[in-house]
Amino acid sequence: MSGPFGRNLGLVVALLLICAAGIITAGDRFASIDNTLTILRYASTIGVVSIGMTFVITGGGIDLSVGAILALCSVWATTFATQTMAQDTHWILMVFVALAVGSACGLVNGIVIAYGKVVPFITTLAMLAAARGLAEIISERRTQIVTVDGFKDFFSADILGVPLLVIIFAVVSVAGWVLFNRTTFGRRTLAVGGNPEAARLAGINVNRHTVMLYVLVGFCCGLAALMLVSRTTTGSSTHGTLLELDVIAAVVIGGTLLTGGRGTIVGTVLGVLIFATLGNVFTLNNQDTSTQAVAKGLIIVVAVLLQQRLARNATST
Amino acid sequence: MNDTPLLTMRGIVKRFPGVLALGGVELEVRAGEVHCLLGQNGAGKSTLIKVISASYQPDEGEILWEGKPAALSTPQASMDLGISTIYQELDLVPDLSVAENIFLGHELSTAGFSQRGETIRRTRELLARLGHSEIPPTRSVGRLSPAAQQIVSMARALSQDTRLLILDEPSAVLDQGEVDNLFRVIRNLTAEGVAVVYISHRLEEIRQIGDRITVLKDGSTVATGLDVNQTPTSELIKLMTGRAIEYVFPPRGDAPAPTGDPVLEVIGLELPGVFTGVDLSVHAGEIVGLAGLVGAGRSEILETLYGARRPSAGSVRVAGRELRRGSVPAAVKAGVGLAPEERKSQGLLLDQAIYRNITVSTLGRFSRLGMLDSRSERKRSAEVAESLDVRPAGVDRLVRLLSGGNQQKVVLARWLMRECRVLLLDEPTRGVDVGARAEIYTLVRSLADSGVAVVVVSSEVEEVLGLSDRVLVVREGRVVHEGPADEIDESRVLDLVMEGKVA
Repeated sequence: MSGPFGRNLGLVVALLLICAAGIITAGDRFASIDNTLTILRYASTIGVVSIGMTFVITGGGIDLSVGAILALCSVWATTFATQTMAQDTHWILMVFVALAVGSACGLVNGIVIAYGKVVPFITTLAMLAAARGLAEIISERRTQIVTVDGFKDFFSADILGVPLLVIIFAVVSVAGWVLFNRTTFGRRTLAVGGNPEAARLAGINVNRHTVMLYVLVGFCCGLAALMLVSRTTTGSSTHGTLLELDVIAAVVIGGTLLTGGRGTIVGTVLGVLIFATLGNVFTLNNQDTSTQAVAKGLIIVVAVLLQQRLARNATST
Repeated sequence: MNDTPLLTMRGIVKRFPGVLALGGVELEVRAGEVHCLLGQNGAGKSTLIKVISASYQPDEGEILWEGKPAALSTPQASMDLGISTIYQELDLVPDLSVAENIFLGHELSTAGFSQRGETIRRTRELLARLGHSEIPPTRSVGRLSPAAQQIVSMARALSQDTRLLILDEPSAVLDQGEVDNLFRVIRNLTAEGVAVVYISHRLEEIRQIGDRITVLKDGSTVATGLDVNQTPTSELIKLMTGRAIEYVFPPRGDAPAPTGDPVLEVIGLELPGVFTGVDLSVHAGEIVGLAGLVGAGRSEILETLYGARRPSAGSVRVAGRELRRGSVPAAVKAGVGLAPEERKSQGLLLDQAIYRNITVSTLGRFSRLGMLDSRSERKRSAEVAESLDVRPAGVDRLVRLLSGGNQQKVVLARWLMRECRVLLLDEPTRGVDVGARAEIYTLVRSLADSGVAVVVVSSEVEEVLGLSDRVLVVREGRVVHEGPADEIDESRVLDLVMEGKVA
């Protein structure tokens, strides 16, 4: 049990170092409640998708289409709100639309991967192209502004000073942790990712489980789309561009093996926070996004190198 | 013969954190001999091989190559001396051709351009030297049989001027004819002065091919340089186990032939191109064995009635209810369990704890609304593991760290936990040492006595006959004989198995 704990400790140390760098270079502008909430609000959207992605990657898959699915959900939900929704229907329908669209995209991914035996990389790459294309068609490439007050009021609410978005992220993380570590679903995910043939011969319905994993990450994309729509008050086919990169990076530096069979929700949450905080520190120091991208790339490589060293040590003893 | 041994190892000690893997190994290999390494699983054979091939560095001890101290510091250094190892799991690239595999890493090239013609010519030479010129150098390795793949591995070793060849259980994937062929190849090599270190669990093979034997037990050499022809089997087993046992099969129950409806009933099962018209019925408490050559369709029959393959015709009934074709979950739900042939790749989650491997098919029982109660999971697993005497005790250990016999017990524990009605065992003792074999036989018999219907597939005729109540002999996808196990002997089974093969 010291293994995962030690790894998470390393991530916490990394996070603290980044915070220290933030305090030294930006002082009070970094170390304020407002700024902390900014970081957390930003982390929430990516974080929710990353929890779903942790399951997919642990189950031996990958989903490159999360950003595109998020865009499609945002556009579909806002179109529904502005055009279809009658005055007297409740805004909660918008929520259902986004979650349903996300889950449906995941279902398509899952079915093609599990039953069509197309590798996840290609399937979700195709979904990436198709979903974003569909989002452009529906929105006619225009940014759609949300005018439904009930929706905006609900999602921008605070509870005891904590924004609802952050609370959603926290709830999803805890639920994800429980699902991952304490349920048959989580255990089967580890089995399917670790040795699909053994899982199949043990009587697990591997195909059905794989489908469920992609539906789960699709659902997370729908939820994240709602969070992003409320934060920006817009739905757009450009939402979530390159989200897949941030999400996969956060999951991997968190310690989840890309080969499947081993994963960690706590690590993923820490990975998300590290990237969000790092981006914030760069922004406060007036570094542009290009510099951030270079730094992110370096961090990903170093993290994976470290992970491989750890994995080798673990198997050779 | 030169008196200086090719390889001498003295007092080799290798420690891993918390484990003494090798505690003083002595080994002496002469040029041109087949030196057999014998020992139970966990005796240190694999570790010793890795020391010779320099994957591991010994903590103490002395290694001499032709009488001179040799520093085996890297695998490359070991290869440069002429040491090649062919591991149990062949390390070939399936999508590359035979020739490309053989010269992988030391490609023949001029200024970076590969010499295709020369490579293929040299490949033909090597294959001919091994007596297998029928293997096409340009075919991709993934399309070859396991036996041919092994020949390719050996050709790769020879392509690098090998002087010491280590073979780790080479016969495990071969049938009798292929083993004979392998032995011919080995004899050719030793005649050329190559030394061979041969590892096998099968004593009869060692008698056939070996010159001298070194026995390891618990990481130490207990006997070295024994003459193969002058050491009785009982002596060898005593050295390996520290006690004197032969293959011990538990007595069959003397209950009268089971009556009533069979638990497992298979009618007219067919998988095109593999087997056809297979009928099989097994009663509660009965052990039925399937004997036959590798490739005769035995494993495929098991996998098909387990739902892992979809038959084109026929039905499988468990306790009178027909199973949905080609569905493993349906079979498991009906109470069928399989201990697959390839334990590591098909049966186990190697990087997961023992208890998780045991409960993977019974998770529903330990959960309420999907939430697992891992305390009761551990507790029940520990009880089952203890009843099977899985060693070392403790269910939080990773399965990867267990010996072959104990890994097999973990697979059995999984189905014991499920209280299954039908248990299918495919090569239950492959890679399991002699001592643990007897335990597994006893275990299987006691499962049957508790009312489980058992089907056993094994390449070892002795095992099928010794363990089963009734035997089916399979040849080329057809059942050619069925009858009580005590009314047929090994030579008759071999007759049936071979019959018609030559003509």
